[in-house]
Amino acid sequence: MNAPSGSGSEAASEPAPLATASGPLGRAFRRHPTLFGMPALLVAFLALTVAIHPEFGSFDAQSLAMGALPLAMAAAAQAVVVLSGGIDLSVGSVMAVANVLAATTMHDGSFGESLLLSVAIIVAGAAVGAVNGLIVVWTRIPDVVVTLTTGFIWGGVALLILEKPGGGAPDDFLNLGTGTFMTDWLPNSLIMVVAVVVAIWVPVFRSRVALLLYAVGSDRTAAFRSGVNIARTRVLAYIVGGLFSAVGGLSLTMITGIGSPLAGVYYTLSGLAAIVIGGVSLTGGRGGMVGPVIASFVLTLIPTDLIFLNIDPNYGQVIQGTLIVLVVMVGGFFALKRSRA
Amino acid sequence: MSDTALLLEARDLAKRFDSVVALKAASLSVRAGEVHALMGANGAGKSTLVKILTGVFPADSGTIAIRGVNRSVGSPADARRSGIVSVYQDPALVPDLSVAQNMRLAKVPMEAVRERLSQLGIDDLDFDTFIRDLPYPTLRLIDLARALASEPDILLLDEITAALPADLSERVFQMVRRWREMGKSVIFISHRMAEVSALCDRATVLRDGSTVGVTDTTRGSEDRIVTLMLGAEVAAAETNALHQPAVQPIRPDGPSALEVRGLRYGHAVNDVSFRVNAGEVVGVAALEGQGQQELFDCLAGARRQDAGSILVAGRELDFRHPADAIRAGLVLVPANRMLALLQQRSIRENVALPAFRRPRAWGPIRMGAERRRVEDAVRRLQIDTRAESEVRRLSGGNQQKVVIARWLASGFKVLLCFDPTSGIDIGTKRQIYALVRELAATGASVLLFTSELPEIPLACDRAIVLFGGRIVGEIPASEADEVTLLRAAHGLSPRMQATP
Repeated sequence: MNAPSGSGSEAASEPAPLATASGPLGRAFRRHPTLFGMPALLVAFLALTVAIHPEFGSFDAQSLAMGALPLAMAAAAQAVVVLSGGIDLSVGSVMAVANVLAATTMHDGSFGESLLLSVAIIVAGAAVGAVNGLIVVWTRIPDVVVTLTTGFIWGGVALLILEKPGGGAPDDFLNLGTGTFMTDWLPNSLIMVVAVVVAIWVPVFRSRVALLLYAVGSDRTAAFRSGVNIARTRVLAYIVGGLFSAVGGLSLTMITGIGSPLAGVYYTLSGLAAIVIGGVSLTGGRGGMVGPVIASFVLTLIPTDLIFLNIDPNYGQVIQGTLIVLVVMVGGFFALKRSRA
Repeated sequence: MSDTALLLEARDLAKRFDSVVALKAASLSVRAGEVHALMGANGAGKSTLVKILTGVFPADSGTIAIRGVNRSVGSPADARRSGIVSVYQDPALVPDLSVAQNMRLAKVPMEAVRERLSQLGIDDLDFDTFIRDLPYPTLRLIDLARALASEPDILLLDEITAALPADLSERVFQMVRRWREMGKSVIFISHRMAEVSALCDRATVLRDGSTVGVTDTTRGSEDRIVTLMLGAEVAAAETNALHQPAVQPIRPDGPSALEVRGLRYGHAVNDVSFRVNAGEVVGVAALEGQGQQELFDCLAGARRQDAGSILVAGRELDFRHPADAIRAGLVLVPANRMLALLQQRSIRENVALPAFRRPRAWGPIRMGAERRRVEDAVRRLQIDTRAESEVRRLSGGNQQKVVIARWLASGFKVLLCFDPTSGIDIGTKRQIYALVRELAATGASVLLFTSELPEIPLACDRAIVLFGGRIVGEIPASEADEVTLLRAAHGLSPRMQATP
């Protein structure tokens, strides 16, 4: 009785032209604003880049996709965990471990061996995620504390495995991240992003698991009372996160050609930045996977544009921070508009 | 009836949290096909018992038998399999999922939910709506429909009618009766004595964590239940208070403490004007969603009105923030105590908080003066301070008293009480209304919305009736019986039509 009138007035007061559109499109827009907003933001940034740098070519497209690949994986890893109401500050360190493991073990191997090793590393990533999750669930120590400390530990392990940048992998393996497919305009790294997200997230999203993840992230008490096993769900989120982190580490090996024990660290916080821009609520339960992945491309474009403009790339941090604040503000503004309706 | 007909038998359940004993020896037996009331003052252990029965946490000792077979209930999912399903005081629905997703989450067939909802009078609910976008009373009914859809043998209703408007409560009662006719059982928890005697067959009464009696709930059993709940001596005093409405003569020409002129907020509040004099308690009677929430929010500075003015002691004020309203002396006691209190801080800090709002109060806190003021307020309100170090461990009634104590300690002109007694036991309710009268006697003014209409003549000098965001009537306390208020709140003329 109350519901339809409520949503009706909401539609009427929404200022954006798309939102007043009736039918499934308008509805989808209202429910998942980032699904439309993020591609628009990316297109705007691409347009800006081409405007600054008219000779933007296939090579630039390749470096964009290569730069975004590990960040997209870090963002995906973080998104799953944050959606379920946790946070994983060990993403970067786990990526570093996967990176150096790959670079040291694959060094003299064949392409086939490197693929087998990749599978092993991905399984290890899931195990590492499970450990994070189990510690959080069993000890009831807050996620931030647990993953910060395990992050330190894995950071140390990465240094133990490979003291300074080195190692390598077969060319065919590197080509998975650096090459192109059919045309110069379709980088393998872009295909990798799509393929990995589809392979890991789609089965989750299409199943009951996603329902559990969102429920636990949104309201743990209500989920518990609905009969959800909270602990199992949270551990599962960390496991899926671990899968993404491991792939992220492997992709670092692909695009850099070596293992570097300190390269991963950067990705913990930029991954967080990407999910915030991509519309994932840090309190859990709200957001998706498309937003964070697209946001990682936007975040990769910023330093690129600054180089084209001959500006000190260190400003990238300043601009990135400003952008995050702006995006969150715009999102908050629309939420406020809706609640006043 | 023989013991074999017992659907549920809980014996000597005990539970303690650290040093606090929540349950000592709680027993409860429920027959098939009965509506069984679970009664007890706040802190008697009702919630703890419910949570043990539904598997939220295990008991330290004691047994639970279902149809004569001992069971351990380890989780809500476990309880559901044993045929016990609960509708908790706060809806167990996940806000960021749609209605349909919530049903899938609990593995409840969608069609059954739809059918139950339509029996409860909701036919046009869009199942794709997010829970967070639905009003609270609708959520309670969805929660109930979901519980019914899993066809439980024992349905547990914890304060289902708290904050439900009268018309919706009636639909819930019809559903409960229908459930009983099907030979299933309902455990019904409510602080409203009238509901219990109208709906329930028997009542189990808890006091201080133990079962102190099981009694039939025929008409006239109210006194017996109150005696059991409160213990003999306290009860004698309480029954007196029950039968003595505290109505005092109004002072119609007293100075105006609060005046509202032509207030408008969106579609919710339309051209509302009224006045509260110094020393007066004005009740607001309204069904759910008639604009009372928005009206109180505007007065408390939480929302900004679109038009109209608010005058405090004759001065027109413009609130941009609750701090402005508090400075002007308009202070809010909300229904949801969680919103008003710092749950993890002590009583002392919660009470003293508003005193730190002025810059001259910055710098070191004068602990001695603060403690005296807080102790004063705590004593005046008889707050149970056993669990004072964290407000969230207090019972609902005591939490509400802490909210009021805060404003007593910091000073105010008009107390805005928004359903202050929802989910509070009868003893504490009386205390709160006595306190409201006492405040008025010292010259303070109170604007009081309550979802329980019979309380209006007990606490108020007169009542204004909101319907569709407008004031449709004003009724003096002497005429504000439940029937009159209910008719007015439905937008009917306040007086009963002469029936042939």
